[in-house]
Amino acid sequence: MIWETFMLAQREIRRNMLRSSLTILGIVIGVAAVITMVTLGNSATAQVSADIAKLGSNLLQVRPGQGFHGPGGVRSAARMFTQADAEAILAQISGIAAVAPASSRTTQAIYGNENRSTTVMGSTNDFLAVRNWTLATGRLFTESEMRSGKALCILGATVQKELFGGQNPIGNAVRLQKLTCQVIGTLESKGQSSFGTDQDDFVLLPLRTFQRRIQGDNDVSVIYVSAREGFSTEKVQRNIESLMRERRKIPRGKEDDFNVRDMKEIMNTLTGTTRVLTTLLAAVAAVSLLVGGIGIMNIMLVSVTERTREIGIRLAIGALEKEVLLQFLVEALVLSSFGGVVGIILGLGTAAIGANALGAPFIWSPGLVALSFFFSGAVGVFFGYFPARKAARLDPIEALRHE
Amino acid sequence: MNSIVYNSQPLIVFKKVSKVYGRGGAAVHALRGVDLTIMPGEFVAVMGPSGSGKSTCMNILGCLDTPTSGDYVFEGIYVGNLSRDQRALLRRHYLGFIFQGFNLLHRTSALENVELPLIYRGTPLEERRRRGLAALAAVGLAGWESHTPGELSGGQQQRVAIARAIVTEPKVLLADEPTGNLDSERSREIMELLTTFNRENHITILMVTHEADMAAYSGRQICFRDGRIDENQMVKSRVAL
Ligand SMILES: Nc1ncnc2c1ncn2[C@@H]1O[C@H](COP(=O)(O)OP(=O)(O)OP(=O)(O)O)[C@@H](O)[C@H]1O
Ligand SMILES: [Mg+2]
Repeated sequence: MIWETFMLAQREIRRNMLRSSLTILGIVIGVAAVITMVTLGNSATAQVSADIAKLGSNLLQVRPGQGFHGPGGVRSAARMFTQADAEAILAQISGIAAVAPASSRTTQAIYGNENRSTTVMGSTNDFLAVRNWTLATGRLFTESEMRSGKALCILGATVQKELFGGQNPIGNAVRLQKLTCQVIGTLESKGQSSFGTDQDDFVLLPLRTFQRRIQGDNDVSVIYVSAREGFSTEKVQRNIESLMRERRKIPRGKEDDFNVRDMKEIMNTLTGTTRVLTTLLAAVAAVSLLVGGIGIMNIMLVSVTERTREIGIRLAIGALEKEVLLQFLVEALVLSSFGGVVGIILGLGTAAIGANALGAPFIWSPGLVALSFFFSGAVGVFFGYFPARKAARLDPIEALRHE
Repeated sequence: MNSIVYNSQPLIVFKKVSKVYGRGGAAVHALRGVDLTIMPGEFVAVMGPSGSGKSTCMNILGCLDTPTSGDYVFEGIYVGNLSRDQRALLRRHYLGFIFQGFNLLHRTSALENVELPLIYRGTPLEERRRRGLAALAAVGLAGWESHTPGELSGGQQQRVAIARAIVTEPKVLLADEPTGNLDSERSREIMELLTTFNRENHITILMVTHEADMAAYSGRQICFRDGRIDENQMVKSRVAL
């Protein structure tokens, strides 16, 4: 009986190819849109997390001022740190792998006829360690070069490309404001961050050199701290906070005039944003699925005269109401789940291509696929079955007379 | 006339059957208290002018429609007391209907159309095929089984509709102008077929027709006029026979 009904339904579907394709088109587009949007959104979220993990997930940033102002945001009113602060953190707090005090400013880098506005960063070799940078060519600064503040620099990949093109920069001199410094190394490229900034666009100098020759003071605007593997960053963060309060002589009850941020917090803020975006896109896509459903309803309404006559004929030659309804239910289910499957394949395919183009990982969720499948079934039943039920409850002669 | 068994139970009895379409001032009295008795094995021709209530009467006989008042008794069963599903089963197992407007399924082959009532009777596929092809051959459509109604002429469609009604060998065949679209040659063939059905398979037939030639094949003629059976006309036709 069920098998007979199934065969009957699929024959009916094939017999009315145009109507059937128009019916499923709405579902296909709706489901594909939902799957593409949500999958791409998830991929983007995963991409952002991966990018931040590349910065170092056990990384803490100690900055003057309160609150998180985004990368590089500093409140001018707040007191700066000094190199001594960084040294104190390393010496007095346990569970720390490396500490890198840093200061930076935007300035022109000139080599020959080429010049580029870039970020000049004064820090230590540890800066490269805590931020997961690796040398492409050349070497790091030596201990004595750091201490004496030699005019040496390491170039980020973008600066190297802009100033030197294909040429080997090692040993050449780059001019930064009035300072001429010799290139001793270059860095591997990290590419764009997920916030769209070029991470390779900077020049690294020893902190002492930067302070004396570029900035003209002893300020440190950020201290990067990386916690040792296995140590809780929360605990390290609390210890740094109390040490800094002590060193900066902040009386009890007064607020910190600095902040210590865990990369995880930053990561959560950003992935939270992409998640909101994903939800928004999914909502838009869900609307298109609904519109698809309305499309189905239209097709069904257009064909209702023909279908009502068909129902009338079946009833007149002895079909029971429930047999006719079962046939229409199976037909609607077969149609819409076929549409659902096509939509899912299409959506996943589009998302895979999209993720590839964005360079993001392709992450598909089985839950979403299952949900879309059941939803398309529900849409089919709702828009395909209920009009049929109305017709099947008519007297056969009324259904036959339907114009 | 020899097939009529007068002393058996009547097959169909109409007791004061009326049908009113619409209500109030726009009400149309299609049937006005029709009394009718059909014995098993009869071949009855139903005649009368257009709009006199012939189709309405046939639809009620076929359990496709319900009377506004009066009783329809089929083999001693009051049809008015049956549920929708019970009436559907009555149609399925006892009645064959040839519609005035054919009512074939679109985009569905002649054979599949003819097989349809057998599907609902649960006939196995093989037997369905065999009987469907035989019914099509009986109405002169051998070789046309894969054509859809859209690819058939009016007369051919009518013959598919006839094949669909006779394929189940129903107890009662209700035919609403089965030869309305056929030439006289074809009409005669169909009438021969129905007569054979009536004589050999003891199928009771009620047939609406406008043509006296066709009515002549029947054993009895009843004439509708304005929603009533015209007794005078009936007597006259009997005399004519
Ligand atoms: N669904 C309906 N709604 C309203 N009036 C109807 C309906 N069906 C039939 N009638 C009316 O009932 C009357 C009888 O109609 P019926 O179809 O029974 O006539 P008929 O004898 O079969 O005519 P014909 O020979 O033209 O087929 C007509 O006056 C018709 O207008
Ligand atoms: Mg009629």
